[in-house]
Amino acid sequence: MTALADGSAKQIQAEWVKFRTVRGWVIAMVAGGLAIVVLGLGPSMTGTCGKNGPASSCSGPLGPGGEQVTDSFYFVHRPLTGDGEITVRVTSLAGQIPTLSGGMQRGLVPWAKAGIIIKASTRQGSAYAAMMVTGGHGVRMQYDYTGDVAGLAGSVSAASPRWLRLTRSGSTLTGYDSADGSRWTRVGTVTLAGLPTTVPGGLFATSPQYAQTSGGLTSVYGGSSQATGVFGRLSLRGDWSAGGWSGSAIGAPGGPAAPSPGGFDAAAGRFTVTGTGDIAPSVSGANGNGVTIAQTLIGVFAGLIVVAVVGVLFMTAEYRRGLIRVTLAATPRRGRVLAAKAVVIGAVTFAAGLVAAGIVVLLGQRELRHNGVYVWPATALTEIRVIVGTAAVLAVAAVIALAIATVLRRSAAAVATVIVVIVLPYLFTVAVPILPLGPADWLARVSPAAGFAVQSTLTQYAQVSDVYAPSAGYWPLAPWAGFAVLCAWAAAALALAAYLLRRRDA
Amino acid sequence: MVPDGELRAEWIKLRTLPGTGWLLLAVVALTVAVGSMVASAAACPAAGCGQDPARAALSGINLSQAVVAILAVLAVSGEYSTGMIRVTLTAMPRRINVLTAKAAVVTGLVLLAGTVGVLASVLAGRLLLPGRGFTPGHGYPALSLAEGADLRAAAGSVLYLALIALLAVGIAAAVRDSAASIGAVLGLLYLFPVVASAVSPHWSRHLQQIGPMSAGLDIQATTGLRSLPLSPWAGLGVLAAWAAAALLAGGLFLRWRDA
Repeated sequence: MTALADGSAKQIQAEWVKFRTVRGWVIAMVAGGLAIVVLGLGPSMTGTCGKNGPASSCSGPLGPGGEQVTDSFYFVHRPLTGDGEITVRVTSLAGQIPTLSGGMQRGLVPWAKAGIIIKASTRQGSAYAAMMVTGGHGVRMQYDYTGDVAGLAGSVSAASPRWLRLTRSGSTLTGYDSADGSRWTRVGTVTLAGLPTTVPGGLFATSPQYAQTSGGLTSVYGGSSQATGVFGRLSLRGDWSAGGWSGSAIGAPGGPAAPSPGGFDAAAGRFTVTGTGDIAPSVSGANGNGVTIAQTLIGVFAGLIVVAVVGVLFMTAEYRRGLIRVTLAATPRRGRVLAAKAVVIGAVTFAAGLVAAGIVVLLGQRELRHNGVYVWPATALTEIRVIVGTAAVLAVAAVIALAIATVLRRSAAAVATVIVVIVLPYLFTVAVPILPLGPADWLARVSPAAGFAVQSTLTQYAQVSDVYAPSAGYWPLAPWAGFAVLCAWAAAALALAAYLLRRRDA
Repeated sequence: MVPDGELRAEWIKLRTLPGTGWLLLAVVALTVAVGSMVASAAACPAAGCGQDPARAALSGINLSQAVVAILAVLAVSGEYSTGMIRVTLTAMPRRINVLTAKAAVVTGLVLLAGTVGVLASVLAGRLLLPGRGFTPGHGYPALSLAEGADLRAAAGSVLYLALIALLAVGIAAAVRDSAASIGAVLGLLYLFPVVASAVSPHWSRHLQQIGPMSAGLDIQATTGLRSLPLSPWAGLGVLAAWAAAALLAGGLFLRWRDA
């Protein structure tokens, strides 16, 4: 056992000497690392966040869970003290969506919402529970931005109205729905921590950003939309203030170019409420704003090309010079030669990648923020995962390049294969997203580029429509699952390489 | 201009390499496959959607140019890895003629494969795009080579591939090692669009004007010409300048260096 370990250490040392004595490879590795740093810290994006005083800061309000949320809607409310209940019938949900030419047309986005809500306060980001009809997802009970429970399916109309009820008991809220107002079904119960005794409650309407992609992700269009709910048969139980209803546009953006914040109209027991915005977790991408810390790592594309070339040459140079016969004569256990080379190229790449990624992630996001770009905050642990993960992806890519070079033995063919298998899928899904969503999603799941999921820092929410694509920082696989896909490719390539190296004459 | 003998020699060498046929086939297949895929996913839901149907149908060039670069690099650097270059230069001592002959043969083959791929892509676009909302009612007549802008996009895409081949021949003659050459060519091509996507609009526009790929692909534009960083032919001209510079550098290195 000791002899075996000793032999492996000697073998690794021999391969390390081979690597470090080829000046071109060492220079290329340093240049690859520098490219990652220079492209990450070079002329970068600019924005307007925080450039015009604290009000222009692009970070949204924080929800009860500490996550960033969107909280803007039209609220028709009156205070409720203690326990109580609100019941209403919704007979219509209609809306306006933006057209290609910048105007508005009749239409409803899938997550347009109108219904009843009880909220800790009218402050943005405060706790809430709501029962609502939606544009395309039936009746829902939603609470505290991230909670979402499905109720009755189907859309609302005068012929098929929806009855909604929200009951408060202490800090527990229960939502019910009904198609006829007599047979009720419980949708969900939620406890809102720290709910004050007196809370605003009432009707609301809102409609999120609308975005659509046509073809490649380079062509996304959209804008804000509007929804109007029509309510009737409103009944209240409990200690609701007698002062009547007041309307507030919660979180309405200011400025002359801002869309109309909506309003309400009450006549003969019929309420019409119009609003725009969303009550949901914030997202990045087409329907949100900001970039992720992965934005600082665009130079990894250049690093990948360097790693592909050096990883291939580390093996094919032996064949070109005939050195492979000496190597294999000195170490007849050929599998061990391959393993030693993989360890050396993997470790060198990992070290270079770790330094480069560490520098750009730490300094690059500071530069972006300074330039007025909103960078999604990530915990220190997530930042470490992105840095270490990026270095690991580069290292595994180098090992794949080495294995493919062992199989093909020709450097041109090997580099071409590595670039087609690893670099181009990454390029066309992330950096230059010309592919449509479907194929891009597929590539991000099965190709070695899936490994770049280690760079993701965002959460995807089913209750928020967005163009969820790798180029916006949303990966279909979890970080380490994506990395496992890359490792599976490496294992398959190494197995084939070891088999062929043992069987073939050198 | 180039003596017959050199041309014939290069033609025989390239023709008898096992990879040439496959790579040319890959150029055609990738151009058509990716172009059809993007065309069948593009959408123009209403008039004024601002999409460019020719660009969508011809988007396969984004990928097939990588294969063209590999083919062109192999034609030059393949000789260095086998030592064949010493025989070639002994038999044909006029080194510039050797490079010119190589460039001519590679370009001829790429023009052929590019024409087949582009024609098939245009045909696929003509059949697929009307079903995706690119109808005369939305302001898009069917793709047709009788249309000036569509013809420019199609013929320009073939020329684009030929210029990529020349660029790769020049870089390979200067770099010599096949792996490093392929890395250098693809890095040069894709670097500009990647960086342009991550910088401020001002820098982005300049990068798109000087990058060989982003400027050269302006030739595919048939709509929104005014908002392009460069006019279509000027964009192709930028790529031609890159190719000329690479060939010049490759020629000078070939002449001055020992083989």
